[in-house]
Amino acid sequence: MKMFDRSLIGKKYPQIIFEIKEERLKLFAKATGQSDQLYTNVKFAKEKGHPSLLAPPTFLTVVSMEQEDPYQYLKDLKIQMGKLLHANQEYIYLLPIYAGDILRMESEITDIFDKKEGSLQFVVFTSTYRNQDKVIVGKAKTTLVVR
Amino acid sequence: MSWNYREAEIGDELPSLSLEPISRSNMILYAQVSGDHNPIHTDKDFAVESGLPDVIAHGMLIMAYLGRMLTDIVPQSKIENINVQFTNMTHLHDELKCIGKVVEKNFSTEINTILVSLRVEEIRGQKKILGQALININ
Repeated sequence: MKMFDRSLIGKKYPQIIFEIKEERLKLFAKATGQSDQLYTNVKFAKEKGHPSLLAPPTFLTVVSMEQEDPYQYLKDLKIQMGKLLHANQEYIYLLPIYAGDILRMESEITDIFDKKEGSLQFVVFTSTYRNQDKVIVGKAKTTLVVR
Repeated sequence: MSWNYREAEIGDELPSLSLEPISRSNMILYAQVSGDHNPIHTDKDFAVESGLPDVIAHGMLIMAYLGRMLTDIVPQSKIENINVQFTNMTHLHDELKCIGKVVEKNFSTEINTILVSLRVEEIRGQKKILGQALININ
């Protein structure tokens, strides 16, 4: 297998702006079985002191898909999609994220490495999410592996 | 009485979350709502061409279940971070269980926390996710 081009470390991807809609959160809650009404019922969430529906812990993953070609990096790294797996995921939470928030995600490749004499190649993306007040609400580190 | 994260002790097991066997419709619905349309999760022909027996679940779907286990027992605002490793693929009909255990308790002047080890395993024992979460218990 051809090795990833390590000169891609430091490559930044265009920022993504994503408005969180109530409906999207409801669907996400449904798809993940998140039945607590904080995630599905606006009135209930407000009664509990929240401004709106709460985005569950892994919802940030949606933001990276909200672009014209969410798989541009596959072309950059010359990866076949069918060989790609998720190896690690880390989230750091700084502020709650709610319906109505407008998130701005900035992402870059921060590492490329291999294991097992090159038979497994890894790429690490580090992302920062800011809200409409330009405050960082969360950070993510995503490691993908090509088998 | 239900488990109280504020009074957690090292070694405590969190209430686990057992899931229905993973179905194609779970994956299709998650693909639609997450926007992750990699056909390896939804198209059997593509999965087979990629060297797999059938479609596999999105790792992030399984992580979402793990997040749900946490938010079922801890207010979400108390979760400082979650870090997971996807150790095995989740196949169609796998029956998963999300499990957590308190492994550390840390006190400082600013923030008191517990560290919870996390895992998702198939009922026959294969581990799908290993990880940890830091929970603020102030």
